[in-house]
Amino acid sequence: MQLYLPIADLPVNVFLVLAMGAAVGFVSGMFGIGGGFLMTPLLIFIGITPAVAVASVASHIAASSFSGALAYWRRRAIDPALASVLLCGGVTGTALGVWTFTQLRALGQLDLMIALSYVVLLTTVGSLMFSEGLRALMRTRRGAVPPRRTHNWIHGLPLKMRFKRSKIYLSVIPVVIVGILIGFIGAIMGIGGGFILVPIMIYLLRVPTSTVIGTSMVLTLVTMLFATLLHAVTNHLVDAVLALILMVGGVTGAQFGARAGQKIRGEQLRLLLGLLILSVGVRFAIELVIRPEDLFTIRELGVNG
Amino acid sequence: MMRTALAVLIVMLLGSVARAERLIVSVSNHRVTVTPNYSGEELVLFGSVEKDGSTPVDRKTLDLVVTVMGPRADMVTRRKERTFGIWINTDYRQFLEVPSYLALFANRSFSAITSPEIARRQQIGLNNVLLTQRVSGDYADVVPNDAFRSAFIRLRTQRGLYREDPSAVTFLTPTLFRTGIPLPAEVPIGTYEVEIKLFADGAFIGKTETAFEIVKVGFEQFVATTARQNGLIYGLVTAAMALMTGWMASIVFRKD
Repeated sequence: MQLYLPIADLPVNVFLVLAMGAAVGFVSGMFGIGGGFLMTPLLIFIGITPAVAVASVASHIAASSFSGALAYWRRRAIDPALASVLLCGGVTGTALGVWTFTQLRALGQLDLMIALSYVVLLTTVGSLMFSEGLRALMRTRRGAVPPRRTHNWIHGLPLKMRFKRSKIYLSVIPVVIVGILIGFIGAIMGIGGGFILVPIMIYLLRVPTSTVIGTSMVLTLVTMLFATLLHAVTNHLVDAVLALILMVGGVTGAQFGARAGQKIRGEQLRLLLGLLILSVGVRFAIELVIRPEDLFTIRELGVNG
Repeated sequence: MMRTALAVLIVMLLGSVARAERLIVSVSNHRVTVTPNYSGEELVLFGSVEKDGSTPVDRKTLDLVVTVMGPRADMVTRRKERTFGIWINTDYRQFLEVPSYLALFANRSFSAITSPEIARRQQIGLNNVLLTQRVSGDYADVVPNDAFRSAFIRLRTQRGLYREDPSAVTFLTPTLFRTGIPLPAEVPIGTYEVEIKLFADGAFIGKTETAFEIVKVGFEQFVATTARQNGLIYGLVTAAMALMTGWMASIVFRKD
């Protein structure tokens, strides 16, 4: 069934988009991530312009993280205090991100920046995660206990605050900075940032695993809602029809993914996720290096009258 | 509607009465509605060349060139170049007020109809249509083989939005003619101007104009218009939709 996407200005097959949403939803449910870093590239791949893809995926991630956040809220696995501090940074970062997005688009360098950010971020995070998963897997094979560092330099920073539910005593500075960072790259790249945020919170901020995913989902939810709103107001690029199909597919797929994820061990899961992230990054890198089919592109600046 | 169009036509034609031939044209549909499952269609332009007493008897060949121009817009053409091993948009040209849709039809090849000089003056053929560029503060059209100009025409042609077909106009009788105007699926909405130019023995002897309108209807168009005109409301509704979907999913798939 063909459907015309009003903002992307392109007819698509509803079932194809629905299946893409479900597939990404499955992966995101399995790994407990938003899946934006897979959804945005897939949309670009089927011919939707990177700008529309980034803006529309934001609302899709908002939907999936909201259903996730609700589940974690019921289990009291969200730290409201930590989430609010993260959000202070997140909202600022999103606003900065959307502003940068608009500027880059006017300069004609948006597609390049999206591709470059994907290459840099995904290859780095992917290889880190992959090697970490590999090491963890080897440790469990040998039956060794994972080494545990207790404190790092981040815990020496001022402005400390007690986060009761997470049972940590931490400076707000790194928390706000992390929020800004995630909000900024989320708005530019069309990702929720869960796959970066969760490792940062665990390894750098030492947030316990009981609250880390739920709290990161709250940040993703609010930054992505805010990004949807800002992209709609400034660039008019959010395709609601596309977003709705993705959401329906995504939330359904996520349920099955979550069940599948429980059957796989943590280290293997991280190894797989690392590999997945890495391959998306490499895919973008190849795209940048090979000669494009057409060196010229046209952009319409709006019809007059 | 039809009558006013005809009246306008006659008034316009009065100006060219002295020129001995009169052109009378009409399109099959003055208002094309694009629905969500629209996959392109073809309009038909009909017309006749009426001769009167003052027409020279020795006049042999009559030729027609039909130009269809969609709503005008500013466009930017960018060129990628290899920089530090990756392909980056480096140079660009801005095209000002150029037609978003452009079609040129004739009954035989443009070069056979008239001289290159007149073709240039009357903008006959994609190479001769005026496409104003802004080149560092100056406004000008450039030579037809300019890299940006030809890339622009090539890309628009690939999308079916620019076209020239020197055999699209057919004479049904020596004076009655027709031509099809193909409108692809992604046709821009707005008012389209149609210009019909008449040539006799290589000389330009007159022209007439008509127009049609393309409107989009349906839910998709409503969404697109709202997104552009009421960005804030549109964003809020989309955000609310995301929350609703997430909430519904958490109810439907609730495990406990």
